[in-house]
Amino acid sequence: MSPNPYLFIVIFVGVALVVPTIPLGLAWLWRRFFQPPKPGADKNAIYECGVESIGEAQIQFRSQYYLYAIIFLIFDVEAVFLVPFAVAFTGLPVGAFVAILIFLLLLIEGLVWAWSKGCLSWQR
Amino acid sequence: MTQQIDEQLRSELQRQGVWVTSMQELYNWGRKNSIWPLQFGLACCAIEMIATAASRYDIARFGGEVFRPSPRQADLMIVAGTVTKKMAPQIVRLYNQMPDPKYVIAMGACAISGGPFKQGYNVLKGIDRYIPVDVYIPGCPPRPEALLHAFMELQRKIDDQKLTGANKAEHLNAAQPSEFPVPTFGAHDLEPSANLAVFRPAKIERT
Repeated sequence: MSPNPYLFIVIFVGVALVVPTIPLGLAWLWRRFFQPPKPGADKNAIYECGVESIGEAQIQFRSQYYLYAIIFLIFDVEAVFLVPFAVAFTGLPVGAFVAILIFLLLLIEGLVWAWSKGCLSWQR
Repeated sequence: MTQQIDEQLRSELQRQGVWVTSMQELYNWGRKNSIWPLQFGLACCAIEMIATAASRYDIARFGGEVFRPSPRQADLMIVAGTVTKKMAPQIVRLYNQMPDPKYVIAMGACAISGGPFKQGYNVLKGIDRYIPVDVYIPGCPPRPEALLHAFMELQRKIDDQKLTGANKAEHLNAAQPSEFPVPTFGAHDLEPSANLAVFRPAKIERT
């Protein structure tokens, strides 16, 4: 009779539980009997590079990079889809034509948005 | 644990393939052969420290090759170079953030006393003003052999530390502080200008 093929996983889980527990338990015993814990303000500080941390960690960043993402979609990704569309234009069913028009419309909306934000005006 | 086994009996047993040791020896043997230094260089001495860690001098032979970028994982702080007054609070804070037991090597003339910049306005006149130093290495900069020698001296010190008893190691003493006050910038100098709890200046006796 062959052993259960899942027995290996059970053994593996057991080993994975026992092996980390032994050094942790030894460390706990060591701390309990020999080494007194010495916590402190600096030792418990979150930042650990010698410099005092300033301000809160939960701050918001302004994500201005999305404009580049929009322009990249309009002028680069759109071209990737437009070229096969133009090649296969004569043989396309109506549904595909409408789908690509919706896709173009969405991107044109982005173009209008970027234009109104002043992204397309040349900076000298 | 404190009971010492007779040396002759021990070597006799060792010859028969029986290794007798104590908790303390095992603990110190493990500690002294895996000293992890803090990856932390300040000036030209850091170049020598890098050379010590590299293949020609190879501090890995002594178990000290694991330079840790985080003080949480480091046992040893090698103060390698000139400590400016701007940098001193950071060094003390890094020392405070290291877990016990922790050791300090003052590498080079600058870390010991300020070195050639001792008369300057911006250089700390020795890191031992703020944190306790275990081994001092003279030199400007010390050669890698000198750092290895300091490392071996530190290993010897660790090997001699006691786990129990009246003169047990400092880090095992609950009354011994693990953190030292971080100096701040005052009007003219760092305040306080020295931590009197650890600063024991050498007495010069002139006759």
